[in-house]
Amino acid sequence: MSHDKKQAALDEILRSSGVDVRKCMRCGKCTATCPAFDEMEYHPHQFVYMVEKGEIEKLAASPSIFKCLSCFACMERCPRQVEPAKLIEAVRLSVIREKGANHLKPEQVPALLDEDLPQQAITSAFRKYSK
Amino acid sequence: MQRIGVFICHCGTNIAATVDVKAVAEALGREPGVVFSTDYQYMCSESGQTLMRDAIREHKLTGVVVCSCSPRMHETTFRKAAEKEGLNPYMVEIANIREQVSWIHKDVAEATEKAIILGRAAIAKVHLNKPLKAGESPVTKRALVIGGGIAGIQTALDIAEAGFEVDIVEKEPTIGGKMAQIDKTFPTLDCAACILTPKMVDVAQNEKIKIFSYSEVESVKGFVGNFKVAIRKKARYVDEEKCTGCGICTEKCPQKKVPNEFNMGLDTRRAIYIPFAQAVPKVATIDANYCTMMKTGKCGVCQKLCGAGAIDYKQQDTIVEREYGAIVAATGFNPMKPTQYNELGYATCEDVVTSLELERLMNAAGPTAGTLLRPSDKKHPHTIVFVQCVGSRCDAENEKGKPYCSKICCMYTAKHAMLIREKYPDTEVYVFYIDVRTPGKNFDEFYRRAVEQYGVHYVKGQVGKVVEENGVLKVQASDLLSGEQLHIDADLVVLATAVEPDKSARSIATMLTASMDTNDFFTEAHAKLRPVESPTAGIFLSGVCQGPKDIPETVSQASAAAAKVIGLLAKDKLTCNPCVAESDEMLCNGCSSCEKVCPYGAITYTDKEFRGPNRTTLIRRVASVNPAVCQGCGACTVACPSGAMDLKGFSNRQIMAEVDAICKM
Repeated sequence: MSHDKKQAALDEILRSSGVDVRKCMRCGKCTATCPAFDEMEYHPHQFVYMVEKGEIEKLAASPSIFKCLSCFACMERCPRQVEPAKLIEAVRLSVIREKGANHLKPEQVPALLDEDLPQQAITSAFRKYSK
Repeated sequence: MQRIGVFICHCGTNIAATVDVKAVAEALGREPGVVFSTDYQYMCSESGQTLMRDAIREHKLTGVVVCSCSPRMHETTFRKAAEKEGLNPYMVEIANIREQVSWIHKDVAEATEKAIILGRAAIAKVHLNKPLKAGESPVTKRALVIGGGIAGIQTALDIAEAGFEVDIVEKEPTIGGKMAQIDKTFPTLDCAACILTPKMVDVAQNEKIKIFSYSEVESVKGFVGNFKVAIRKKARYVDEEKCTGCGICTEKCPQKKVPNEFNMGLDTRRAIYIPFAQAVPKVATIDANYCTMMKTGKCGVCQKLCGAGAIDYKQQDTIVEREYGAIVAATGFNPMKPTQYNELGYATCEDVVTSLELERLMNAAGPTAGTLLRPSDKKHPHTIVFVQCVGSRCDAENEKGKPYCSKICCMYTAKHAMLIREKYPDTEVYVFYIDVRTPGKNFDEFYRRAVEQYGVHYVKGQVGKVVEENGVLKVQASDLLSGEQLHIDADLVVLATAVEPDKSARSIATMLTASMDTNDFFTEAHAKLRPVESPTAGIFLSGVCQGPKDIPETVSQASAAAAKVIGLLAKDKLTCNPCVAESDEMLCNGCSSCEKVCPYGAITYTDKEFRGPNRTTLIRRVASVNPAVCQGCGACTVACPSGAMDLKGFSNRQIMAEVDAICKM
């Protein structure tokens, strides 16, 4: 990816997420709190740092963005209001928009419901697929 | 035989719950010499003291034993009460039956027995106590401050403000110290010179303050209140009284190739020089190592040009003797020269500089007139790498570095990074850190501003290698958070080097008999409760000579040291502790053992005449103790091989009597 393209991708993520990655002081509380830690290749604190360094392409290619539960615990507990989940959301959106297709429509959800499925996962499914 | 009164304190239930106080009073009442024995709920209270005073009067007591808390707590209280009844205060002894008995034992029978034994020991000692009288020594109402940096300046100004005379001895040609070299100060970013130079002028104009610039302390004699100090005024080959500081000599001197130490050697000065425009005193100094006239006898340009006739190539060092009541060490620090770290390239690459060198490169009065240009090709650097903790935080066994955190580097590096990004937004700035340590008022906010507002790249990790290739500094470093090795092409590398105490501190500490730690920082009398006093009476500490600190902290400590000095100088006489060592001249064999172990320099040897047999006189070398300096530590009494040294109030006989009383079951 050329430098300009890399910068454009970064700007897009920063714009759509509204996150100021420079506010991060690398305390790791987001990752300490993440319930999906074991499933993820890149963890919330790495996400923030990778965005700061402009490594959007690497993030977008990672399955991690779909493993995030969107529980927002990282946002809730961040002492510096960095909001890592919003970054993950923004990268996810950019990937979905790139593909130009939705993976799930709201009317499909009831049929897929499982009693054991946590509410968070359903919300997350909407967040991931229904845009 | 003494007539002793014994008083057992209950301390509420503190003692009485664990010790059978009535039984103790009864048992001690049967001891020889004890004519009165009682117990009371609170001996330290007004009514407790009255009880003791009444007993002294009614029973004509000559000695008192109080069985209560630690003597640290109430010894003075009981001694004062006894003194009011005309009893010598040193005839009062304390048996500590709270900290040493009731607080540490559970069994009542055992605790009671121990309390009785401790009481017996105190009684045995009182039998041998002699009335002691505290001596007095006068106080010279003038202070000496060694070092004219911001610490010394602040201490001197505060002492002078209280109306006492102060001398500042500064080894450089001007006062001002390191702060004069600094460009801006954190966390407010005001210019260092703007806040320092008015203080320097205040010092110069203050009638109470005398500056000995280009001078060093040669020797220190005496003791608290009565120091005699010899000051060497080094020959500057310019008459201070005549020189007007016009500076014409410093412009016309043909010897232009002298490294300018004020600018960290980044440019040159003349052989005759004034360190900087706002120097105090503003007097020229000739550097004899470079002056053509001094070396070859041919030149004399400055002498010809000097309208005031101030140049004197024949000037000699002079020694000035002055007396002082108190001495303040404010000897300051130097940043370490990082030449031992080959991997960082300081010795090999011109564009690897220390932080203090960067201060000069950014200072309007510096070699580049304030434009940041790198030393090698005088070009504007576009990528700058800062390295933190260079030489700090090493293992104590590590020979290259210091074990301590230098404390100021995190903040000044954030300052440098911020100033550079503010002035030159086209510059990329990286800071490699191990930890960012920014405690202090508005300090962490300041560092966060560098990151968030100014976009400085803070990278957790260290730089492993700096190599120069075609004018580019190839920096190899680690980014621990992403687990990567980074390769940065930098134009300038700045090393935040450890601070180390000034080299002169060690010899000054020896002269002052003030103790130092293994890093050559002066030790304080108590790390928490007496942080600005040296353990040696009359010696006080100000600034970085005691440990790394920034300007706000230095100024606070400087004022604290001044307050302590004022407290001392305000007294007309000092009361000495009468429990000091005393030498029996008839037993002393002049071996000097005591003099060697004395940590306070209180013991001197004199040749004294003694009467020998058959009307002859003998001259013998004997020890004598200066009671004003002796702190009563007792080291000499142990070192003395002939038993001539003894400690008043704690004589060998008294201590043995206590031991006997404890062992006699």
